[in-house]
Amino acid sequence: MLLIECPFCGARPELEFVYGGEAHIARPAADADLTPGQWAAYLYARSNTRGVHAERWRHTRGCGRFFNALRDTTTDQFIATYEIGQARPPSVPAQKIP
Amino acid sequence: MARYAGDSTARLGFALMRYSIFNLVRQALSGHRAWGPAWRDAAPKSAYDVVIIGGGGHGLATAHYLAKIHGISNVAVLEKGWIGSGNAGRNTTIIRSNYLLAGNNPFYEWSMKLWEGLEQDLNYNAMVSQRGVLNLYHSDAQRDTYARRGNAMRMHGVDAELLDAEAVRRMLPFLDFNGARFPIHGGLLQRRGGTARHDAVVWGYARAASDRGVDIIQNCEVTGFIREAGTIVGVETTRGSIRAGKIGMAVAGSTSRVAELAGLKLPIESHVLQAFVSEAIKPFIPGVVTFGAGHFYISQSDKGGLVFGGDLDGYNSYAQRGNLPTVEDVCEGAMALMPAIGRVRVLRSWGGVMDMSMDGSPIIDRTVIAGLYLNAGWCYGGFKATPASGWCFAHLLARDEPHAVARAYRLDRFATGHLLDERGVGAQPNLH
Repeated sequence: MLLIECPFCGARPELEFVYGGEAHIARPAADADLTPGQWAAYLYARSNTRGVHAERWRHTRGCGRFFNALRDTTTDQFIATYEIGQARPPSVPAQKIP
Repeated sequence: MARYAGDSTARLGFALMRYSIFNLVRQALSGHRAWGPAWRDAAPKSAYDVVIIGGGGHGLATAHYLAKIHGISNVAVLEKGWIGSGNAGRNTTIIRSNYLLAGNNPFYEWSMKLWEGLEQDLNYNAMVSQRGVLNLYHSDAQRDTYARRGNAMRMHGVDAELLDAEAVRRMLPFLDFNGARFPIHGGLLQRRGGTARHDAVVWGYARAASDRGVDIIQNCEVTGFIREAGTIVGVETTRGSIRAGKIGMAVAGSTSRVAELAGLKLPIESHVLQAFVSEAIKPFIPGVVTFGAGHFYISQSDKGGLVFGGDLDGYNSYAQRGNLPTVEDVCEGAMALMPAIGRVRVLRSWGGVMDMSMDGSPIIDRTVIAGLYLNAGWCYGGFKATPASGWCFAHLLARDEPHAVARAYRLDRFATGHLLDERGVGAQPNLH
């Protein structure tokens, strides 16, 4: 069971959370002028990082709020959680669990 | 198949023995000491006509069909670990072609036809067992969608039978028919579906490809691509540079990572999917059964273990291991469907890294970079697709045009809007 640190509620079991996909994907500004390829890149292309991944989570069965997290996708270890709108913190790689 | 007996000696350095009852008896009489290796563990040459990245089922099948169907045998299959060490060895071994969409069904049915002739083609026992795949439905609405899928299958010439609750009860009397929360109303049965032995599929394709001159190169990780004038002309590997006329990627699970080496960003997320096997019990479950009210599928291996699985863990992961809430969810599905197995102990569980495409369907296509071809996005469904995936990818590599049954698996469908959303719930990376 993962323990996830909600920035508003503290550490809670993963059962209370729902994953929201990659974070910091900004909708292009002049979206009326986008080509189909640019739309596809915005809607579907993902970095799918192997290592420290910035992603959204929602504390669905708690405060209900979205937040961002840095997590190492090779160990599933959470490195940091932070509020929506904040910049991505420096991604110090998580310590490998022996 | 006479070629297995003789003419391979010079190429391989040893005679590839054709497997038959007579050879089995002959080997038995000499104490089984003279069996040769099934395939050749090659060292890389400096150049090939085609290099395939990924020595799983799909990559090896591609090499086999390139050599056999298209006569291109100057081929290398590069594998970063040992062949079959990825998802080919981590699945639940189910084969079926019970798809709804016209873009999917003929592809998976072609795969099923190849499964049906695979052992004769490869001279290898892949333990293909057409024991039937039954999808249970639990409501009138679900019956209607299953009937629609069954009708679509039959219109494509695929076998499908819609069973009512009584027919399911005769077939599987141990399911919970007594006041279950989600009562079993019936099921959609594909009798030609079933299971195959996943490792044997890898070894069989490796043996057949190697016999036709394909180099299978293990412990050889691709670390970069060699470009000349915008075209990819080779790969850098941990065992040196290898040039190639064409390069095919078949690295589901690691697609984004290898594509990134070529500067491509793809509509794929890697997710962990767990699978489980129980202690061996006497023959109990005759075919493959899926629970329609949750997400749970189960079959019984020839060794007696119950092989089952359910949902993704639900977040991007390359960890090859999952978490306990999903274990609980899968086991709840089992108990809702067949409480009789409640006291059977789970022997092992494992996680595979799924190449989850954004619409739940695969990609077999050229990339925007000349020389680089993509086979990816297999979601949960890669194992059953192995033969047709190899067949169609070999066709694409050899002829530079998509095979007729794989035309819908274009990479640009995400831009054109021709998504293949088999489940019909909108494009998101948790479908299959």
